[in-house]
Amino acid sequence: MTGAVQSVLGKIKGIMNTGNKPTGKFSLSVFLVVLVFLYLPLAILILNSFNASKSMSWEGFSLRWYNELFFSPSWVSLWKTFGNSAVAALTSATAATVVGTLGAIGLYWYRFRAKKAIQIAAFMPMLIPEIIIGVSLAMLFASTKLPMSLFTVILAHTTFNIPFVLLVVMARLESFDFMIIEAAYDLGATEYQALSKVILPAVFPGIIAAFLIAVTLSLDDFVVAFFVAGPGGSTLPVYLESRLKLGIPPVINALSVVIIAGTVVLAFLSRNIVKYMFHSNK
Amino acid sequence: MKGSQVAIQNVEKRFGDFQALKNVSLDIKKGEFYSLLGPSGCGKTTLLRIIAGFEDPTAGAVLLDGRDVVPIAANKRPVNTVFQTYALFPHLTVFENVAFPLRLRKLPGAEVSAKVEQFLELVKLPKEGKKLPAQLSGGQKQRVAIARALINEPSVLLLDEPLSALDAKLRQHMLIELDLIHDHIGITFIYVTHDQQEALSVSDRVAVMNEGEVVQVGTPFEIYESPAHPFVAHFIGETNYLSGTVTEVFRDKHVRVDFPDIGTLIVYEDKPLKAGDKVKVTVRPEKIRISLDKPASLAENMNLLQGRVDELIYSGFQSKFFVRVNEKAQFRVFRQHVKFYMDEKAISWKDEVYIWWNDNDGYVVEVGE
Ligand SMILES: Nc1ncnc2c1ncn2[C@@H]1O[C@H](COP(=O)(O)OP(=O)(O)OP(=O)(O)O)[C@@H](O)[C@H]1O
Ligand SMILES: [Mg+2]
Repeated sequence: MTGAVQSVLGKIKGIMNTGNKPTGKFSLSVFLVVLVFLYLPLAILILNSFNASKSMSWEGFSLRWYNELFFSPSWVSLWKTFGNSAVAALTSATAATVVGTLGAIGLYWYRFRAKKAIQIAAFMPMLIPEIIIGVSLAMLFASTKLPMSLFTVILAHTTFNIPFVLLVVMARLESFDFMIIEAAYDLGATEYQALSKVILPAVFPGIIAAFLIAVTLSLDDFVVAFFVAGPGGSTLPVYLESRLKLGIPPVINALSVVIIAGTVVLAFLSRNIVKYMFHSNK
Repeated sequence: MKGSQVAIQNVEKRFGDFQALKNVSLDIKKGEFYSLLGPSGCGKTTLLRIIAGFEDPTAGAVLLDGRDVVPIAANKRPVNTVFQTYALFPHLTVFENVAFPLRLRKLPGAEVSAKVEQFLELVKLPKEGKKLPAQLSGGQKQRVAIARALINEPSVLLLDEPLSALDAKLRQHMLIELDLIHDHIGITFIYVTHDQQEALSVSDRVAVMNEGEVVQVGTPFEIYESPAHPFVAHFIGETNYLSGTVTEVFRDKHVRVDFPDIGTLIVYEDKPLKAGDKVKVTVRPEKIRISLDKPASLAENMNLLQGRVDELIYSGFQSKFFVRVNEKAQFRVFRQHVKFYMDEKAISWKDEVYIWWNDNDGYVVEVGE
């Protein structure tokens, strides 16, 4: 490991001295270092999830932690909070995608006064620390007498997801040649055909990307949910935080592997869905 | 002859207070390659969009084969457009881009394939059908846009500066190909450009526009050789531009004009003129001869002046001389070679020279009071 770092440093020095272009070898070694940094911890985690031992020392292959995760009564409540997380992620991402996409199209398409100010205001929440968003939303819900529940989590997640959707969809719109709409009409399309065969398919990758980002952010969120989740509405991160105060049981390794596998499957699926939708009109 | 006859009748277009088109009337014949030529912002695109149906004229009519199409929506007009930015659908392959209009009409698959292949063949892209637009070069995108616009077999094809995004070499090449496609398909082409070379080299006729008005319509030869308006003379090619007073009408269609800083010259005219008229005259720089030696014998229909070379610009296929005749008057003279004959002495900076031109090459473009 240190050898690799040393050789990379050496190469960087070499480049700075001679003004040479980076060689393929150099970028390859950087790439490998990055891979190692990213995936070594994951590899250790995955390996340990199959470890028969409770400690880090290897005592043989076993599925005992998976068995405990899925079937032990002491982890049933985990699956309930997992369900909460999934519901919150899907509903808040859907709501944010609808609102954010319409907002992005509106902000991009129409000219009106105070447009810049509204744009800045819309992106602001991305820069505000999560803890402030969490506290302020909790205060808002309290003052409106809205009981904390899974519903408040969904509202909160929708709120912080909207700016991200706005950003991603607007980026897609920026690269959009509006002439293609006129081209569609010119070639004989009706308004509905222009929308369904040209505008939506052209913006669609942006909408899908925005939705997936929103799902991820919602699943990931601990801070905001911590403040606004009510009884029965805890999400997985909030639940784990309370459960893990006293140490990390090896079951968590198994849970992590399940989540990683889920993520990989989702990423793969979404890629293929996009591909399929784009070539379905053959 | 296929294609439609297009008549633009007294078309006006206002955007708020701004008048983009002022009483434009044009008659475009069936199958003609017709260019709209003018500087940026003169209203070419606006006029094209009115013909396509993307804008409604504030006043006036657009007739296709005698039928007013203003009430007809863009998607119902037998007119298709090649857009400046190509406007290819990014999510569809080349094949599907070209097939798009046929798919809208729900034609059977075999028919679609046959037709798309035929049109990809026409634009010389038979092998690129599976690519996405992002994988094509600029010239290839342009060809796809042309195939897509032609596949519906419109009676008029509108082209808005279709070559402006290409580099100079490719532009020449595509221009020739467009001309071939026009000959092959035979429909009416209306071609918008601000590039006079493009317009002059392929058009049957050219309408020169300026500030929302059509200033002259004519064949490329007429536009270049006999500009009807000072703007046209200036805009098309380079020219020498002189103001003077008619002193005498003589011979057939010729006048003597007195130019205050130069003297009296003979100028061709095809407008009714009389002594005392103030006129503006152009002489194209490539029509003027230049030499170190006074021409031994000069026909009486030649204008001769003496001057000194102020500046000399060598630009490869020709040299440009700026000849000062006196303090206030300078002439541009273009000549293909610095030397015409082996024994001739090359003309260089500061040389005293003679310049002369045929009286038919001086042309009255404007008559004042
Ligand atoms: N929708 C619009 N609203 C207001 N003004 C417009 C609109 N469309 C065009 N104009 C104005 O009309 C004038 C003519 O525009 P047009 O696009 O027809 O010019 P053009 O001759 O095509 O120029 P270019 O060579 O730059 O493309 C311009 O001054 C432009 O600013
Ligand atoms: Mg234009």
